[in-house]
Amino acid sequence: MIEVKDVYFTYPNGVEALKGTSLTIKNGEFLALMGENGAGKTTLVKHFNGLLKPTRGNVLVDGVNTTKVSVAALARKVGFVFQNPDNQLFSETVEEEIAFALKNFGFKEKTIRKRVTWALNLLDLTQYRKTSPFMLSGGERKRVALASVLAWNPKILILDEPTIGQDYQQKEKLRQFILQMKAQRKTIIIVTHDVEFVAECKPRVLLMRQGKITADGEALEVLTNPEILTYTSIVPPQITQIFLQLSDLNLSEEVIDVYEAQKKLLNILEKRAK
Amino acid sequence: MSVFDGLKFRRVYSPIHNLDPRIKFVYVCAIFAVAIVYWKLLPLAILFLIQVPFVILARVEREWIRSMRGAALLATIIFLTNFIFSFINAGYIVTASNLEYAIAMTLRFIVLIESFSVFFLTTSPDHLGLALEQTRVPFEFCFAFTTAVRFVPVLAEEAQTIMDAQKARGLELERGNFLKRIRNYIPILIPLIVSAIRRSLELAETMESRAWGATKNRTNLYTLKLHKGDLVLIAVTGLVLLTAIYVRVFLTIPSLNDLLGGFFYTARFLI
Amino acid sequence: MAIIETKNLTYIYPNRTAPSIKDVSIKIEKGEFTLITGPSGCGKTTLCRCFNGLIPHFYEGSIEGEVTAAGLKVIEHPICELAKHVGLVFQNPENQLFALSVEKDVAFGLENLGVPRDEMRKRVDWALNLTGIYDLRERAPYELSGGQQQRVAIASVLAMQPEVVVLDEPTSFLDPLGAKKIFEVIYDLNRKLEVTVVLVEHRLDLTAKYANHIIIMDSGKIVLDGEPRKILSSEEARLIGVGIPKPTRLYQILQKDGINLGSTIPLSSDEMAATLRRVLEANDRS
Repeated sequence: MIEVKDVYFTYPNGVEALKGTSLTIKNGEFLALMGENGAGKTTLVKHFNGLLKPTRGNVLVDGVNTTKVSVAALARKVGFVFQNPDNQLFSETVEEEIAFALKNFGFKEKTIRKRVTWALNLLDLTQYRKTSPFMLSGGERKRVALASVLAWNPKILILDEPTIGQDYQQKEKLRQFILQMKAQRKTIIIVTHDVEFVAECKPRVLLMRQGKITADGEALEVLTNPEILTYTSIVPPQITQIFLQLSDLNLSEEVIDVYEAQKKLLNILEKRAK
Repeated sequence: MSVFDGLKFRRVYSPIHNLDPRIKFVYVCAIFAVAIVYWKLLPLAILFLIQVPFVILARVEREWIRSMRGAALLATIIFLTNFIFSFINAGYIVTASNLEYAIAMTLRFIVLIESFSVFFLTTSPDHLGLALEQTRVPFEFCFAFTTAVRFVPVLAEEAQTIMDAQKARGLELERGNFLKRIRNYIPILIPLIVSAIRRSLELAETMESRAWGATKNRTNLYTLKLHKGDLVLIAVTGLVLLTAIYVRVFLTIPSLNDLLGGFFYTARFLI
Repeated sequence: MAIIETKNLTYIYPNRTAPSIKDVSIKIEKGEFTLITGPSGCGKTTLCRCFNGLIPHFYEGSIEGEVTAAGLKVIEHPICELAKHVGLVFQNPENQLFALSVEKDVAFGLENLGVPRDEMRKRVDWALNLTGIYDLRERAPYELSGGQQQRVAIASVLAMQPEVVVLDEPTSFLDPLGAKKIFEVIYDLNRKLEVTVVLVEHRLDLTAKYANHIIIMDSGKIVLDGEPRKILSSEEARLIGVGIPKPTRLYQILQKDGINLGSTIPLSSDEMAATLRRVLEANDRS
């Protein structure tokens, strides 16, 4: 469980990135953090693994204050996958890359080998075990970065902008993957701009603006509220936009999904046909 | 990070900032030449003081004091080295002229640091790049210079991100003996270098796509024109040089010993 | 007159054995807004680089077939000449800016071409105004947001006044509002200045509505080429795995359920809303 208690954070250059945010994330929750660039989303999640410590207020991970433990200790529980995989890849082979964190955390040789094989399998990378990560394509490098974090099986997984540069099929695979992780009772937090992706995943959604949390609720609720979305500079999902434009026809606007929209419209047209 | 702060773009408007960098550079070289010519304390002290008005006019007092402080260690070493050697040469006695010599050498070093520091503090990198271009330095070098400066803040930020990413995988940079700590920097350096190489490739693609190499006669959006302030600086430089040469050739400069000796003599006389 | 044309174009990067694009034959007419899309690795980025000569001159490798841009055979002319006619905007805004001020960056191409200062000044100001960044002209690139940086990159291409502007996933690193602004700028260029636009994109929901020509690639080959509405509502497009705009998808599945929504296939939420409104109101009346 992650508790954020009235946290303020100012960067060394004087920019106040968090202005009194409070939040509780329970074990096993799936959460999306959205907002425009500079709203404070990445700043907030960097508090969860101790990379940043609050200027005021407290952050507790499983009851432990993040200022009392090292980043490495917190990282055992909180896996953070950064936006750009090239910011972490440095090993000669994919295998070594995945083993890196395991070595840092002091896992035994045998366990390391098992975990590496498991992670390679999970992300469809077994064929690349002995390949240099630099020889792989962009999407493959993203998977290596993800594998290297999953290898130590953190309870909490944070993905920073996981959909950037991905095509439709890759996003679908990512969505399936997140569902898999969710089934394993992991707590999953994604930081993203991608409204359509969030609409498909349907997590709990938090909106941020200028260092404050402006909305917190289920995807269906938050993504169909035009005022709060405009305030946070977020464009509603395409399907919701359709229904918002037809609001004068007394159709409910709480739709974010194509198939829900289909059902709703079929219903309405059948009713009217009678 | 503080080193990089100095190179980050900071817009200050002052008469010194607006001076043509080429003229400023000539001025700095003149100071350098004059400082080399003298080894007596008095003229060097005068040289040091001449530049203070520049610092004040340019409103860079704080940064200037910081760079002076940075030079303090080296200055102390120079002083001690010179003093000890002349002490030994004079047969292990402290004489006024040895002391003066050591102080003068130190002051010479400080004058040099002072003038170069004023130069770099009052010349923005793009101004400097423009000056390089107009002095017919081959464009490839000017371009390499300004592009490097432009990317310094980007690389600094990237280095920080890479450190965060690796720390989040359990890398502990502060632990371990000396050798281990150096090895711990490999996961930071490699992504940084690989990223720099990738970046260069993308930059090269863009350069080509913006018609790089289309003609040998490159034109420039900006041009450096000399104006009143620059002419004043040229005059000041000329004056300083001529005075220095005249004094060196035709006059003898009293040493501190003489001045002080004179003072003591006068004081004794008064008593 | 096709402003970009390729005939049986095949290209293999150096040190590779398989071609990245195979037997590609396309025609892009003057004034078109062409969208090129397809799954990752389909060859769209490689194809773009053939339009201004980066392939084959910068990347070398082996090339077969013909590619002509603005009447010039790309294989026979150097990049610095082709750059006057075909501008290329890349994915990462940060790596397209070299100078320490915005206007110096916008002038970069013109300086390379040896354009006289007065003419340069005029063109730079014109390009800055077109992209809405005139107020930012003296700022340093580090001080700008990703969206602003990308607009500087577009301005620096526009200043050279090419007939065609090719953009390779220009909004990958931008947030949706920044992306929207870029697409509006590009659409304006196409409509008002009649600049031919070739846009490589995944985000079809934001861009399909601007295009009058769409090309879908897969595994280095051209699979679909033609009018956007027809192609995006086809089953084939869906099977390739491109991100069909959601409104178009909704239209598709409702049509399959037997609802007649008319023959105009919507590409945006506005169009779909208008279509639904018509159908619901007609329904009301009956």
